[in-house]
Amino acid sequence: MAEITFDGIRHSYYPDPQKPEDFALREINHTFEDGGAYALLGPSGCGKTTLLNIISGLLHPSHGRLLFGSTDVTDLSTQERNIAQVFQFPVVYDTMSVYDNLAFPLRNRNVPKDAVDAKVKETLEMIGLSEGAHRKAQGLTADQKQKISLGRGLVRSDVNAILFDEPLTVIDPHMKWELRSQLKKLHRRFGYTMIYVTHDQTEALTFADQVVVMYEGQVVQIGTPAELFERPMHTFVGYFIGSPGMNLLPVRTEGRTARIGDQSVELPGAAPDLQGCRIDLGVRPEFTRISTTGLPVQIRKVEDVGRYKIVRAVLEGQEIAALAGEDEALPADPHVQFDPAGINLYADSWRVDLGA
Amino acid sequence: MLELRNVSRAVGGADHIRNVSLALERGTLNVLLGPTLAGKTSLMRLMAGLDEPTSGTVHFDGADVTGQPVQRRNVAMVYQQFINYPALTVYENIASPLRIQGRDSATIDREVKRAAELMRLTPYLDRTPLNLSGGQQQRTALARAMVKNASLVLLDEPLANLDYKLREELREELPKIFAESGAIFVYATTEPQEALLLGGNTAVLSEGQMVQFGPTVDVFRRPVSLISARTFADPPLNTLSVEKKNGRISHGEAVTFPVPAHLQHLPDGAYTIGIQPHHLTTRATTPHTVSIHARAIITEITGSESFVHFTFAGTDWIMLTPGVLELDPDDAVEVLFEPTNLLVFDMEGRAVEYEFHTAA
Amino acid sequence: MNKTWNNKAWFMVLPVLVLVAFSAVIPLMTVVNYSVQDTFGNNQFFWAGTDWFIELLESDRFWEALGRNLIFSVIILLIEVPLGIFIALNMPKKGLGVPFCLVFMSLPLLIPWNVVGTIWQVFGRVDIGLLGYTLFSMGVDYNYVSNVSDAWITLIVMDIWHWTSLVVLLCYAGLVSIPDAYFQAAKIDGASRWSVFRYIQLPKMKRVLLIAVLLRFMDSFMIYTEPFVVTGGGPGNSTTFLSIDLVKMAIGQFDLGPAAAMSLVYFLIILLFSWVFYTVMTSHDGETGKGGEQ
Repeated sequence: MAEITFDGIRHSYYPDPQKPEDFALREINHTFEDGGAYALLGPSGCGKTTLLNIISGLLHPSHGRLLFGSTDVTDLSTQERNIAQVFQFPVVYDTMSVYDNLAFPLRNRNVPKDAVDAKVKETLEMIGLSEGAHRKAQGLTADQKQKISLGRGLVRSDVNAILFDEPLTVIDPHMKWELRSQLKKLHRRFGYTMIYVTHDQTEALTFADQVVVMYEGQVVQIGTPAELFERPMHTFVGYFIGSPGMNLLPVRTEGRTARIGDQSVELPGAAPDLQGCRIDLGVRPEFTRISTTGLPVQIRKVEDVGRYKIVRAVLEGQEIAALAGEDEALPADPHVQFDPAGINLYADSWRVDLGA
Repeated sequence: MLELRNVSRAVGGADHIRNVSLALERGTLNVLLGPTLAGKTSLMRLMAGLDEPTSGTVHFDGADVTGQPVQRRNVAMVYQQFINYPALTVYENIASPLRIQGRDSATIDREVKRAAELMRLTPYLDRTPLNLSGGQQQRTALARAMVKNASLVLLDEPLANLDYKLREELREELPKIFAESGAIFVYATTEPQEALLLGGNTAVLSEGQMVQFGPTVDVFRRPVSLISARTFADPPLNTLSVEKKNGRISHGEAVTFPVPAHLQHLPDGAYTIGIQPHHLTTRATTPHTVSIHARAIITEITGSESFVHFTFAGTDWIMLTPGVLELDPDDAVEVLFEPTNLLVFDMEGRAVEYEFHTAA
Repeated sequence: MNKTWNNKAWFMVLPVLVLVAFSAVIPLMTVVNYSVQDTFGNNQFFWAGTDWFIELLESDRFWEALGRNLIFSVIILLIEVPLGIFIALNMPKKGLGVPFCLVFMSLPLLIPWNVVGTIWQVFGRVDIGLLGYTLFSMGVDYNYVSNVSDAWITLIVMDIWHWTSLVVLLCYAGLVSIPDAYFQAAKIDGASRWSVFRYIQLPKMKRVLLIAVLLRFMDSFMIYTEPFVVTGGGPGNSTTFLSIDLVKMAIGQFDLGPAAAMSLVYFLIILLFSWVFYTVMTSHDGETGKGGEQ
């Protein structure tokens, strides 16, 4: 296990990149701590898979260095980096038994027979496949195969990191819960460095201590799930995380007041001078309440999604979403209130710190 | 109206569909919900006429269409894989069903442009599908299904291969787009959340059988059986075997509470109780609140919500609570629930009858 | 309303049924008819019962030809299958080399059998053939007309040249369908080149290999044109395979009865071998992975 450092890592698929747009992955300087659980989150084409391939060694970055601990591994092959990876579609060796699948990476490294047996048995226990270990891997279900893929990584004591490339794509919802919490348990118990690539916010947020949100080849925010939820640094984070995403309302600011059309909202702090910028007020639906006082809105639609209701309303010509409780009744004369704790201000898409 | 009457289908001794009866009205959105291999695709193939039932009949607007091949029915289908004609442009892809119907070019042009506008494909009409993103490819397939003006539109996990956010957007658009057409929509999914967001009606499928059918939210809130409740729960449903005796409902010493008013009429005996993870909380609300002393296993925090996995008396449950609740493994936690939120099933797994609680 | 049965489908199948009847069933029945009778032409037939079959099965000529067939098939399978796999493994997976290799590999398959025979007949001639003359001038005593092993080597090399491509193309199709993730996983697991072949490529090629082996076996077992053109079954009877013998008997000697009996036995042998092959090779398959895999 080792910490992973991105030292000015950039990548372009073009031979001579000039503009920032030529880069599939723009410059990253960051360190993943030893034993941390990280998620790379973003839509397809955001560069998350490029970054993962750079870590695993399938791709050589066009610029910058990658360090494992203090060792520069930029030029090392996949084998030499000692990483493990779980892929989107389960990769198992069909003709081998479950046991032999797990023993395979050890046997390839000429580990003595007794040590292989001990380690494989321990790993089978960890992933809950001790029973039926001598069955052929071929007839197993997708989630069991995915556990085997994981097991082939866990079985090695020399892995620097375990990488996951959308590992739950082909898993049924109920099994997702089981696999996810098992991963989390393994992480807590054994302290592996884990890096998890996904487009699914729930998976990323529930899995990781730190989530790296990527957008058009750029890292837009690295933070804990709570930070990403409460203080999105970029409007993209606000939109991408949370469902429905953050409400964004174009406003004009005057000190502690934000004006939406003819209405005004009290800001939790004074806005700095933002002349010439496009200014948006960002409030998540979770911090948006329909009540009898506040700013008047027209309710367009109420979607009952079981656990709660999504209220679609119009405020000064702008679409907003608010959440209402399962049994909550909506007032006949609806108004909207924004919880000050959830109010963020954005200038040209980036978050602005509000003064006192 | 599409009606399946006691439809079954067996292939090589394996039952794919077992005795399903279902009536779908025009202008409705119907979700088929169930895990992989529950029979969603098999059922859709029967509805489309791609397969013939081994027994039972299929009726459309009262007419028996059981043996009728798919070409003679007015059916459109969209699959999980993005299926388009690779050599044709987006425009020609959308126009293809109209060309087959032999419409004049003015009508075709109008219809294609309208569908492209709705599906936000207008800038891409001249491209071929391989030069589009996954979302655009699937929107092309959806637009093609739309212009066909079919009386039955079958969508087989159409969003499963798309990005999470894109899925969210299309899911919002779909009911809007299809609401005006007056056709019957059938939408297969493995995800309870997706069914809830789509609304409409839901048919819960399990092992080739239809377990329950009704308005989506009703099915979610009032499952008729344990299987239905389990299929339609995400996070998974918490269950516990209990005994009703001497005016109390108990699971050993760990969970015991007086029988609530709405369950007084039940005979004493063994039951299974179920409770949705979002009905568990750490803050007491009423005098009837039941408390469980548990130990945390692991917590998953999304920022807006926390999923707390905990254990008590050898049982593992999940609590979904708003906000951030961080617990270390083995931390003690008091979990609370309201007896009015309980789902109660008899030993055969059927939901027991009682006056349904509504607060509103 | 009544259930509407659609029987039109049967009409669609009808042309094929007629075609199969004329091309296969009726000729086969004719052969069966011949095999139990004796004729001297003039449409005069005498009942012969199982005599021809007994005679055939007791003749050394038949067993020798059958032996030659088996040896030939075994040799070419042993060479073509591993060689085909080897070439397929070394073909490029992407880039400009792919279409080039594919076309190059398909070339021998596009040449008709008798032309292949003629090419090699000329190619191997000691007086004017490129191969024959080259060998001759290097002092190698090569002559497929008079030397038994030279004749066999020529036939085998010719078959390998002609048909290895088929095995290559089938294996290649199997190989390119393996997702990249498998190779990445193998790298990560530290698998050797041999392990990758043994545990990923070979299992994933199993189905196409089965087809390749079946096709190559049946084809080689029925070999006729090439030896007919090149060696004419000689020297002596050393390259007289069942098919050549059969034609000699039926057309050369006009022994229709024995020839018919022989073709039936020949047919049954091929059927039997193919069935045995198929059963043995699919028996290890076990339950095929339903679902889960893409």
